[in-house]
Amino acid sequence: MRQRLALFAPLMLFVAVAPFLWLALDRDPNELPSARIGEEFPEFSLADLNDPQQLLSAADLRGEVALVNVWATWCYACSIEHAMLNELASLGVKIIGLNYKDNRDEATRWLQHLGDPYAFSIFDASGSLGIDLGVYGAPETYLLDAEGIIRHRRVGILDQRSWQREFAQRYQTLASSNVD
Amino acid sequence: MVEFSDDSMRPRYQKLIEELRCPKCQNQNLADSNSAISVDLRLQIQRLLEQQNSDEEIKHYLAERYSDFILYRPLVDQRTWFLWAAPFLFVLSAAIAVILLQRRRQSDIGEYDSGRRVAMSAGDRERLDQLLNTPSEPR
Repeated sequence: MRQRLALFAPLMLFVAVAPFLWLALDRDPNELPSARIGEEFPEFSLADLNDPQQLLSAADLRGEVALVNVWATWCYACSIEHAMLNELASLGVKIIGLNYKDNRDEATRWLQHLGDPYAFSIFDASGSLGIDLGVYGAPETYLLDAEGIIRHRRVGILDQRSWQREFAQRYQTLASSNVD
Repeated sequence: MVEFSDDSMRPRYQKLIEELRCPKCQNQNLADSNSAISVDLRLQIQRLLEQQNSDEEIKHYLAERYSDFILYRPLVDQRTWFLWAAPFLFVLSAAIAVILLQRRRQSDIGEYDSGRRVAMSAGDRERLDQLLNTPSEPR
């Protein structure tokens, strides 16, 4: 009898491992787990894109639920995403731009041309704030609560579908709790 | 070529960029990758070395921002201890299995040598006696 059971050992081993393999099928190995979720937006001191004299800091991100969108003119996907950002802004969502490793003139021209959905844009020419945030490619979008704490992050294009799936509910919850 | 104020930093720098993963490209380390983010992170590591940070501090700095994904050599903590211990546990359990099997076999041989009978059912014994005690029929 014991010998018989031993014959089933490989099968049992497989059954034990299978759930892990199955879970891993759905996983995107390119997607970095977000290291900053639940933490405050990192401190910074950078100029405003449209007004080089104006210094911005993390304090400027607090007070209201907002999105922080990492964008650049060299980023092709950002141009695809832009229409969605314009639409969200027109619906009253506060979006703050983080212009990442870009050229100021080209960036301002881009906004004149495609429309400016941003309450303001932080000009991060060296990418230092990008490193502090853990940005590894544009576009990226962060959801911040009114205290400036990062609640969600999306790497890649923000479109109707990803908004519905990842942001809409979280945004509503945060926005309504902010009113109370 | 990366310039350092102190040449002792060069091997540390080399080791770090080989052990740290490019966040954009999952199968390349910072040393091999030429993506923009890798170039930036190599520069940042150089800066951190010049600011007299230890290797551990630099890894911690990057993992804090880019998560443990960036570490090709995972830290030993409560989430990863099993991963680190697993090879040793496997070797240990294999060794225990080998020892147990060896013992069992040894005790079987021991019983045989000391003349003790291997357990046999009454029916078997009867059949054996019959076979041994029945003279073969002459032709």
